[in-house]
Amino acid sequence: MEKKVGVYICTDCGIGEALNVEQLQNVANEYKPAVCKVHSFLCSQEGVQEIKNDIQNEGINTLVIAACSMRVNHDVFNFDPMKYVTERVNLREHVVWTQPPNDEKTQLLAEDYLRMGIIRAQKAEPPEPKTAELEKTILVVGGGIAGLSAALEVVKAGYKAVIVEKAPELGGWMRKMYKTLPSKPPYAEPEKSNIEEKIKAVMEHPDIKVYTNSIVVSIEGEPGMFDVTVCSNEAVKMPEIKKPKAEGEEAEAEGEGEEGKAEAKQEEASEEAGPTRYPLPECSAPETFRVGAIVFAIGWKPYDASKLEDLGYGKFKNVVTNVELEEMASNGGIKRPSDGKAVKNAVFIQCAGQRDENHLPYCSSVCCLTSLKQAKYIREANRDAGAFIIYKDMRTPGLYENFYKTMQDDEGVFLLKGELLGMEEAEDGTIKVKVENKLLNRTDVINADLVVLATGMVTNMVPEDREPNKLTPEFIGDIVTKQTDSGPVEELVPVPIALHLKYRQGPEMPHLKYGFPDSHFICFPYETRRTGIYAAGATRHPMDAAQAEMDGAGAALKAIQCIELTSEGKAVHPRAGDMTFPEFYLANCTQCRRCTVECPFGVLDEDEKGTPQEHPYRCRRCGTCMGACPQRIISFKDYSVDMISSMLKEIQVPDDQDFPYIIGFICENDAYPALDMAGINKIQFPPNFRFIRLRCLGGMNLVWIADALSKGVDGVILIGCKFGDDYQCHFIKGSQMANERLGKVQETLDRLMLEADRVELQQLAINEYYRLPEILNQFLEKVKEIGPNPYKGF
Amino acid sequence: MAIAPDKTVLVVGGGISGLTATVETAEAGTKVVLVEKNPYLGGRVAQLYRYFPKLCPPYCGLEINFRRIKQNPAITFYTLAEVDNISGSAGNFSVTIKQKPRYVNEKCTACGECVEACPVERPNEFNFGMDNTKAIYLPHELAFPMRYVIDDSYCKGKECAKCVEACKYGAIDLDMKEKTFEVNVEAIIFATGWNPYDATKMDNLGFGKVRNVITNMMMERLAAPNGPTKGKIVRPSDGKEVQKIAFVQCAGSRDENHLNYCSAICCMASLKQATYIREQNPDAEVTIFYIDLRAPGKYEDFYRKVEADEKIKMIKGKVAKIEEDPSTGDPVVTVEDVANLKKIVESFDMVVLATGMEPQTRRNKLPGNVEYEENGFLKVDQPDGVFATGVATRPLDVNTSNQDATAKAIKCIQTLVGGK
Repeated sequence: MEKKVGVYICTDCGIGEALNVEQLQNVANEYKPAVCKVHSFLCSQEGVQEIKNDIQNEGINTLVIAACSMRVNHDVFNFDPMKYVTERVNLREHVVWTQPPNDEKTQLLAEDYLRMGIIRAQKAEPPEPKTAELEKTILVVGGGIAGLSAALEVVKAGYKAVIVEKAPELGGWMRKMYKTLPSKPPYAEPEKSNIEEKIKAVMEHPDIKVYTNSIVVSIEGEPGMFDVTVCSNEAVKMPEIKKPKAEGEEAEAEGEGEEGKAEAKQEEASEEAGPTRYPLPECSAPETFRVGAIVFAIGWKPYDASKLEDLGYGKFKNVVTNVELEEMASNGGIKRPSDGKAVKNAVFIQCAGQRDENHLPYCSSVCCLTSLKQAKYIREANRDAGAFIIYKDMRTPGLYENFYKTMQDDEGVFLLKGELLGMEEAEDGTIKVKVENKLLNRTDVINADLVVLATGMVTNMVPEDREPNKLTPEFIGDIVTKQTDSGPVEELVPVPIALHLKYRQGPEMPHLKYGFPDSHFICFPYETRRTGIYAAGATRHPMDAAQAEMDGAGAALKAIQCIELTSEGKAVHPRAGDMTFPEFYLANCTQCRRCTVECPFGVLDEDEKGTPQEHPYRCRRCGTCMGACPQRIISFKDYSVDMISSMLKEIQVPDDQDFPYIIGFICENDAYPALDMAGINKIQFPPNFRFIRLRCLGGMNLVWIADALSKGVDGVILIGCKFGDDYQCHFIKGSQMANERLGKVQETLDRLMLEADRVELQQLAINEYYRLPEILNQFLEKVKEIGPNPYKGF
Repeated sequence: MAIAPDKTVLVVGGGISGLTATVETAEAGTKVVLVEKNPYLGGRVAQLYRYFPKLCPPYCGLEINFRRIKQNPAITFYTLAEVDNISGSAGNFSVTIKQKPRYVNEKCTACGECVEACPVERPNEFNFGMDNTKAIYLPHELAFPMRYVIDDSYCKGKECAKCVEACKYGAIDLDMKEKTFEVNVEAIIFATGWNPYDATKMDNLGFGKVRNVITNMMMERLAAPNGPTKGKIVRPSDGKEVQKIAFVQCAGSRDENHLNYCSAICCMASLKQATYIREQNPDAEVTIFYIDLRAPGKYEDFYRKVEADEKIKMIKGKVAKIEEDPSTGDPVVTVEDVANLKKIVESFDMVVLATGMEPQTRRNKLPGNVEYEENGFLKVDQPDGVFATGVATRPLDVNTSNQDATAKAIKCIQTLVGGK
């Protein structure tokens, strides 16, 4: 596209009073724009009309609007992004509202921003649409309540669904439930589950294809074109994962590694070798089809009660779990397992192995309600029976409180806040349960015919032989030691579980904690780190059946949206609608694998040599790969390493030794709005900082630091979102990646013989604008102390 | 290729549930008209300092949602607007919307000159009356849309008109009148949200009489950097820094005389607010009086973290009364410590009532054919083409509200495509 630049400088909102606009115009004219105009009220109808006229009459296609923040007047300066590049230079919030008026330094700041804005616009192109006819069928992995709901919601919206269920029948746990929790006002009576109707609806629906007794053995591709291979349980050969031996453990006898048993393939290789991976399942009768998006709903399993021997499980005959009780109730009634006699007194022990760091550290959310429901079974079977519930906190949130109250009103239900002191089995199988009653400050002894352990929910992401509280971070797997040229290196090898993705970063969804592939975001519960794959139901978070149904519906919408947005060439959340794609100039790739490793969404695969293989529709457009690449081969039409390097070339670093000149790279999602807010509050900043916005701090390329410092810039500050356990980065770990890269910046600085302290990263939340003066002044002081950059003036 | 691009959904309420319902529906390709009665979008969460359990600012997610709205031509939104009347049925609703005058038009650049000129103050309801704004004001600095507004119950109108003079842009129009207009939509999602339960109704807890008794929502504003005290947690009577503070759980909730349900979020909210205090003041002591501490699911991790703080005590017991010590202004709390079978009478610098959530529709019924359950929440099952989501339907946290709103969006879309 032949660039025809129009520069429009607004003098409104104090800009005209604070700055020498004529001088600004001169600066703009250095770049020989086709048009350079000053307007006293650019966001007025007349102002916008003038721009439109220039587009029409002068053929302007690149607009530099030097006025207010890009976050305001978006609807006013709204020119078709497919045809025109619009760059907003923020003279208002980031200059005149944070700097003294008519000051030479304020003027220089504004001029630098204008220069950088013009270059940015010159270097940007409108996106090239990448639309495609895509497959719109949705794969649902798991045929429990969440999966069935997802499939039904999908077809009701006019799409097709395929369900793959491992068990011989659909329905999951809900089929085993005698009754479910009350779902309607007044929330007093447990209800019959609707699972049979759901199964029937699924089986009869012409747009739902069901594979039972089958698993997914591989998935490759990207949204709109995932190729899925399904295999029946009979035809599949699962590789047995041989966990690496813990220290001190005896080496197993040789010859164990016979057929079907596979160890993580250890490469006898250099540091540059690809990742070690466990093999995926093999199938003798595979069936392959294509889908557009995936709902991941493999459900949950009860916590292994055999680990709860101190609660009598496996030791006393009449100790059962809440799941076993449910099955008893469904299959002819609740009896004592020891002798089949009726149950007169039942004791429910809440939080059995839950809220307990040795077992499940979390609360499973539903067990209090489940025990209340089961107490009702006991009471309904025998009006003389007593149900004792021993609890820490009764957790019956929201309108479920009514059910709690209803049960409290039952004279045969006894709620006992307390702690179990001990259990003793009598000859007849009755169990003496000793409880410290915390409300009456005494010891109670209950003779129980049956003790029910309210065990919790473990996501099926956790493989059988692993503990939810002892999983490796990010990916469930094993730490193996790998020999490299530079000595042994520890590597996390993720285990295959259910999706068997042929992705470079591993075969499964990353987990957040305890195996849940949950979203970390409060605002965006369906946020996913594998584009086009949405977790739903108790696999992603402990939840009851009603919530799992809802969750299946929500995930179904996200899957549909993903396909529709992708088919229009648009990104999904959080850059929904972005139509740019990363472009790779592979001729210059050195196979360093940084991009494939660092992408927060596992977008890139790699070939044997380590060259990245693109999957554009998996991309979320954060630019973390761009920041990672030392060869600068990754760019977007409107965002590239060259663009920002060119902007850095244009700034006018003064020779003044007493004026430290600092570049700030800031996240446009949080730090940029924080700067805006500081502006609105007229908080004053030192005039030494020029801020460059990045889509995410993950896009920060070290070459920019070298560019800036070799030009005589005295310091570089990076301001991004908080990272760590409670990270706030919308792209998961962009700011963390930037921080890790800074660890390597020393090398660059050493080469330039500069001090490492000239570069710093600060974490800032969007509402912490009030911290900015302190952060900036402290950094300024630090840079002053270090002294001027010796490259100044070169 | 979008779903039902020629159909329109009305979303009533621009809080977090309504915003999510809006963007999730529109990102599937369907048109959305969003109606919000405040002069800004964001609803209750805009007033929160931080979310539990991450302690992250709600504006971080709102900013993304606003960006999704800005870039999506399928979304139209109206602030200061309420639904006045609904007629018709699924597939063909005719909705009358009443929009109050903002008195500030699109020429407003948010420069703030008008505020300097305005001579009148009004209590700032965004900060629960703990400070004042001028009659012309910006709701808060992250407000979207970023535009000033005049409160006409305080503005002296044309007899003053100082703001009109001060505005260089001709953005202030004191002649602006209430507008009524119709929109035709195929389906409606109500996300009308909630109000904090009126704490003055709990006579024994002293709110409104004991000066240093505040509500949990007031606490959010006190802790917020853009709040009435710029984030400094001080007590109302004398501005003293708070050293010793108590939280009273279930203030109105789980109580037949007030809210006959658990508000689901107050335990987590108080645990979170305990961290606000402890972060500001390393010596401060916090006591939480509770019936059951409800930190379901993975929130347990947060509970454990807070519990580990030695300066935070948790006592099971329902507070019987709160009175003011007239000599110090300290609230004196009487509570039955049920675990130790004793009565506690203790004074604190400040007491926070963990007041619950009352559905907006408990007191303000909606136009049209809408069904309520006994507490005034909207029933989940509504007439054809009508959906309800978020706290309008039951007490929910933010995460579950968003989950619910996404689920309702697909249910709503299905009716537009005649899905079976």
